Amino acid sequence: MLTALLVMAGIAVVLGGMLGFASIRFKVKGDPLVDKIDAILPQTQCGQCSYAGCKPYAQAIAKGEAEINQCPPGGEEGIRKLADLLGKEFKPLSAEHGVEKPKQVAVINENACIGCTLCTQACPVDAIVGAAKQMHTIVTPLCTGCELCVPPCPVDCITMVVVAETVETWKWRYPVIRLKEQKEEQKGKQKGEQTA
Amino acid sequence: MITTLFRFKGGVKPASHKDESAQVQITQAPLPSRLVVPLRQSAGGTPLPLVSTGRRVLKGERIGAPEGNFSSAIHAPTSGRVVAVELRMLPHPSGLSSLCVEIETDGEERWIDLAPVNYEAETPDTLRNILRDAGVVGLGGATFPSHLKLKPGASGCIETLIINGAECEPWITCDDRLMRERADEIARGIAILRHIVSAGRVLIGIEDNKPQAIAALRAAMAQAEGVDVVPVPTRYPAGGERQLIRVLTGIEIPYGRYGTDFGVQCFNVATASSVHRAIDLGQPLISRIVTLAGNVERPGNVETLIGTPIDALLKLAAPRADTDRTIMGGPMMGFTLPRTDLPVTKATNCILAASPALFPLQGDEMPCIRCGACTLVCPAELQPHELYWFSRAKNFGKAQEYGIFDCIECGCCAYVCPSNIRLVDYYRFAKSSMRTLEREKTAADAARERYEFRTARDEREKTEKAARLAAKTAAGRQAAEGAGAVKAAVAPAATAFAEEKPLAALDERKKALIAAAMQRVQSQMAGVQPKNIDNLTPEKQAEIREIEARRVKVRELAKTPPDEPV
Repeated sequence: MLTALLVMAGIAVVLGGMLGFASIRFKVKGDPLVDKIDAILPQTQCGQCSYAGCKPYAQAIAKGEAEINQCPPGGEEGIRKLADLLGKEFKPLSAEHGVEKPKQVAVINENACIGCTLCTQACPVDAIVGAAKQMHTIVTPLCTGCELCVPPCPVDCITMVVVAETVETWKWRYPVIRLKEQKEEQKGKQKGEQTA
Repeated sequence: MITTLFRFKGGVKPASHKDESAQVQITQAPLPSRLVVPLRQSAGGTPLPLVSTGRRVLKGERIGAPEGNFSSAIHAPTSGRVVAVELRMLPHPSGLSSLCVEIETDGEERWIDLAPVNYEAETPDTLRNILRDAGVVGLGGATFPSHLKLKPGASGCIETLIINGAECEPWITCDDRLMRERADEIARGIAILRHIVSAGRVLIGIEDNKPQAIAALRAAMAQAEGVDVVPVPTRYPAGGERQLIRVLTGIEIPYGRYGTDFGVQCFNVATASSVHRAIDLGQPLISRIVTLAGNVERPGNVETLIGTPIDALLKLAAPRADTDRTIMGGPMMGFTLPRTDLPVTKATNCILAASPALFPLQGDEMPCIRCGACTLVCPAELQPHELYWFSRAKNFGKAQEYGIFDCIECGCCAYVCPSNIRLVDYYRFAKSSMRTLEREKTAADAARERYEFRTARDEREKTEKAARLAAKTAAGRQAAEGAGAVKAAVAPAATAFAEEKPLAALDERKKALIAAAMQRVQSQMAGVQPKNIDNLTPEKQAEIREIEARRVKVRELAKTPPDEPV
């Protein structure tokens, strides 16, 4: 009886020690969940979710402080992916944080720019070049379309332009399956025309 | 002589329909009144326009500059005047527009000064640059810039040069006619290509349904050493680059690698002919041979300037009345043009007039019954039905796992599908969606990196500023302490007093400075005399005096304490 107890206690101590060692030795630095959430977020850094950027929002979601439906640029697809990752119910995009828009980029009307540098300070990804009293311009490939440069501009010379599809970026549409009824309807129409 | 041929798996044998257009000699298309030349004609991006509206151009003058080394130049196909440089619809399945140069032809066909080159005296690098500047791209349909294909890959050298004259797609005969009529041009082009890559042997693969072409090339190549004209079995898609390499050499190129990595490179016969023209004659690529076939009275091949409107070209073949759409490319890999007033490009190898009788629309799509017919015919040895399921369900990760990017979109699977499923449309959708997602992901990663860099920089600047400030105050204190130390040395008994003294002295000095400044301002104000009141009427001067008096009074009032009633 006593030996059995001792053996069990010994095993418990050894296993406990091993677990304790493993928890220190193989400790994962950072929060892998935050990185996973951050990878889904669109990285526009627009702050529409009411956090300072995509990473802070990811941290808030991981802590359970924020809902998954606060990211308008990520849109419905982003919410679905977050719901999948976190095992939560899908929710439609919350209206107070904004609406889903097509991809845009900022464009500076260079004739109106007075070179105040306010937009360069607002840009979260350093996509605006320019110096004090010098004309500013947007580096279009780097612009995330966050709109943060629009309100600070004192002369309203920044506009958001929807990115048009080009031959290079065009993608094939999802194949549309013709329905039988539609075709028969057309046939019927043709017949009608012929008799008329 | 090559004795054994290898074979690729799968493939189909559709009715070839080549006899209709292969019987007639190549004719020259008439010069249209206007040419629309798209700047984007190679797989390597859009060149920058070099001309503006109103400029006169000569035949062969460069109008589009290659952007970087991946791109290829564009030239004026004939002499005339540039009437527009603007966005026009391209002959592309998207129906989107891109920058085009419209030229009003003057009918004179005046060439630029041609500079032929003796290729034997030039280095491969110079020849590659000439090909890039002459706009030579693969004329088989993919329009990949040829100068890029001539660079040796990982293996360091290209031992075997493969010339593709298979032309496996039904209806198309432009390469067949070219081989029959201009075998000597192709032979010279092959000699140049061989010189550039210093290839030991050349294999010319031609499908065995073109005996005249095989005979013509054999005659033209009789003198050359190490050149084999090899008839390959007729089976679609034997003209696919990877398939032809496999049949002729047995080398199977894995995904993500190129033929050059294995010492083989493949060029189309028409490309070889345009290489000859670019080097031996100095003529850039401004025309190509286009097959006109399908539902037409007079099928045939025409040599066409790039930029000729397709509808004008199709009229030469006299399409029949029941033609309901126009297909660019062959029936297997081509696409229906959104409009017919689009220009011929370097990729236009065939224009088919389609009628419901000749090219019946595929029936209604039915569910996949997993019969496996598509797997048997897939030349890339994929499992098309699995790819179809994954693409349809938008399960892109899985589709990639099953090798969707190895798919060459040849259309064999859709050709044999008993359920009429447009398999290739699903693959194209999945592939382009994946490319878009990949592009977005790269952009997002870059944005994240830049954002993190900016945040870190802001943080660093803040700490640096704080450190600077701290250093400054520390230095000030040290100086003060230093002064205190001197005083302390004078009066060591009164250290506390000595520490307070300089501060008090500083205050005294500051007060004195302020007082001096105020005095200076007052004296300046007193010294200022208004200069614009000399030539005024007495009434005005009286008014001014009155105002001044009021000001003095107000100043007096301001000096009295505020709590006293005025």
